[in-house]
Amino acid sequence: MTTKNILIVGVGGQGTLLASKLMGKCFTELGYDVKVSEVHGMSQRGGSVVTYVRYGEKVYSPVIEKGEADIIISFEQLESARWLPYLKKGGVLISSTQKIDPMPVIMGKAAYPEDILSKLSEKDIRLVSLDALSLAIKAGTPKCANIVLLGAAVQFLGIDKEMWVDIIRSTVPPKTIDINLKAFELGYNAN
Amino acid sequence: MKKALMLGNEAVARGLYEAGVTVVSSYPGTPSTEITEHVTKYDEIYSEWAPNEKVAFEVAFGAATGGARSFCAMKHVGLNVAADPLYTASYIGVNGGMVCAVADDPGMHSSQNEQDSRHHAIASKTPMLEPSDSAECSRFTSLGYELSERFGTPILLRLSTRVSHARSLVELADRNEVGVKDYKKDVMKNVMMPAMARGAHVRVEQRLLDMAKFADTEAVELGINTVEYNDTKIGIIAAGTSFVYAHEAMGEKASYLKLGMVNPLPTQLIKDFASKVDEVIVIEELDDIIETHCIKIGVKVKGKELFSRLGEFSQATVSAALKNDSADFESFDEEIPARPPVLCAGCPHRGLYYALKGMGLYVSGDIGCYTLGAQAPLSMMDSCVCMGASISGLHGFNVARGKEQAKKSVAVIGDSTFIHSGITGLIDIAYNKGFSTVIVLDNSITGMTGHQNNPANGLTIKGDPTVAVNLEALAKAVGFSNVVVVDPFDIEGTKATVKAELQKEEPSLIISRRPCALLKSVKHSAPVKINADKCIGCKACLNVGCPALSQTKRENGKSLAVIDNTQCVGCGVCASACKFGAIEKGGNDL
Repeated sequence: MTTKNILIVGVGGQGTLLASKLMGKCFTELGYDVKVSEVHGMSQRGGSVVTYVRYGEKVYSPVIEKGEADIIISFEQLESARWLPYLKKGGVLISSTQKIDPMPVIMGKAAYPEDILSKLSEKDIRLVSLDALSLAIKAGTPKCANIVLLGAAVQFLGIDKEMWVDIIRSTVPPKTIDINLKAFELGYNAN
Repeated sequence: MKKALMLGNEAVARGLYEAGVTVVSSYPGTPSTEITEHVTKYDEIYSEWAPNEKVAFEVAFGAATGGARSFCAMKHVGLNVAADPLYTASYIGVNGGMVCAVADDPGMHSSQNEQDSRHHAIASKTPMLEPSDSAECSRFTSLGYELSERFGTPILLRLSTRVSHARSLVELADRNEVGVKDYKKDVMKNVMMPAMARGAHVRVEQRLLDMAKFADTEAVELGINTVEYNDTKIGIIAAGTSFVYAHEAMGEKASYLKLGMVNPLPTQLIKDFASKVDEVIVIEELDDIIETHCIKIGVKVKGKELFSRLGEFSQATVSAALKNDSADFESFDEEIPARPPVLCAGCPHRGLYYALKGMGLYVSGDIGCYTLGAQAPLSMMDSCVCMGASISGLHGFNVARGKEQAKKSVAVIGDSTFIHSGITGLIDIAYNKGFSTVIVLDNSITGMTGHQNNPANGLTIKGDPTVAVNLEALAKAVGFSNVVVVDPFDIEGTKATVKAELQKEEPSLIISRRPCALLKSVKHSAPVKINADKCIGCKACLNVGCPALSQTKRENGKSLAVIDNTQCVGCGVCASACKFGAIEKGGNDL
């Protein structure tokens, strides 16, 4: 098979690393070669962050370039627009409707583009948008928006849903299993 | 064979475990930090955070002299600090094996420069291995100890951000308990005075020749330097990340000579490879080390005429340079505002900077989270060079410009950075009758690298209680008579103290003390609330640069500050900025 590329993007502190950890674990258990590239350090402090997940028979590069991603999972609207060029034409963009103003917007030096999602829907891509934050709060805590988005993405990964449930169960802290599984279900059924 | 998906740094730790290493000393630095954090999970290995990289290297080298297999890790600029022991350790050689990992940061994700640590390997005449993925991180680390003990030299392990921070599969092996070798006093080997060092230098030059021969022969048999022949129109020579990008881009459309040992470089191997391909392309991030070597041995290559010395590469960089196919994609049609990293909501550094704002100060800065205060809207930094330079740099600035300048200048430095190399600058000020004001931003943790304990916070690498450096007593002991502590969330109190200390024509140390907002032990308050009747939309609160605070337009056209309750921890610094009392405490503490 050709290597599959998944980009997870958001704002530092939103919990993008847990989603990539779960994916890495799942693809490894399925016997694929896997590379997951993360951002640590300064960029984590509220900056734009990206995690690259790649799997296939043999994966060389740990990064994904423009026009290469099969799926982008975005935790924030502006980041969806920023990383759009990394998606293949016809690829799937799963975007949370959440908006977080970056500092230049807070300071009034730049404008947060309006109607990002409707503009993205006009592109040659498949856009799935969901209010991951509200669904996460419904599941029990805003912190599990990452699992809601993973649930939404699983629809497009062609991997048995039960396998993801098992992976979540065996990875997240025991106290949070129920909330995370509820978040996963809400995301899975969101579209 | 059991396999696991591991971060490159985690795989280095695994390699240390499998090689029977017993002593590890490091100073945190992105992207190297997680190696030593993962080492703490192995009870068989003693691990510690050292005050700086020089100390870490010396501890590891001392352990190797004592017969143990030892290790230290640092980021690229950390090796500058440890360069002094490195260059002479190379002369002395080892008893037990020693590996020093140095992590470069092409693209400067989290660094102040983009230096290429291979120069240190060449200059110190130390062999250097360079893995390209996690499996090699583990394997090359283990191999490093075999080479270290066989050739009698410390080994450098060069990592980079995309190797250290990428997860890939690693085969796990059992630990090889090598124990600790005997120590025998050997003055000619271990004491470097001119008479002994002259002899040592002869051995070092011979060792380099031996290892260059190794690079041509056994390194191939051991799978350190590997050759892959496909289409022979293009032959690519690369190492580490550059190799994986090249292979991703070109696949079987090129042949490859992958170098796992980047110092010393092979000669015959490169000549043989070059003779079998039509054109040789050298792909290397940062400087032209391999290319220069090829030219030196008379092999015609293309390198930096196709590839930049700047930044990170990727498969797209390789495709563009070698005119390979490129992918098609969509773009967003409007300008997208940048999202630079910022000080977190509730960060104590924000309070300190906000208190200093408007005082017209020259702020001599340093390395850490608080460097983010250099950016708008705080804009509270005039310089930032390297670890510790804030204090010594301020002293120089004030000496040059005089006592009146010193009344308008401060240094800001974090607790960990102060311990790393700020103390010597402090001594310099006191000893030389300086008059500078230094502010230590003591947040009880090494923050930017992801929360490591340090000698000032009273906890070891494993979180066990230990002695803590008493910053107040230390400053007094070196000769600072003015030492005061402020709470950075008390904006008015902090302002008054800073003003008073600046007026003194003698040195002052101000400790701005409050723990990092991200520490689990920190109890947060409820989010603050905006009183819509009092808020006039003046935007003054936005000048504190808090990511939890923004402004929105209401239907009546009036602007109003809004609080993001998912981020706000109720620190109240923004309330100090509001003249109208429109930002109110959010009620009971959570």
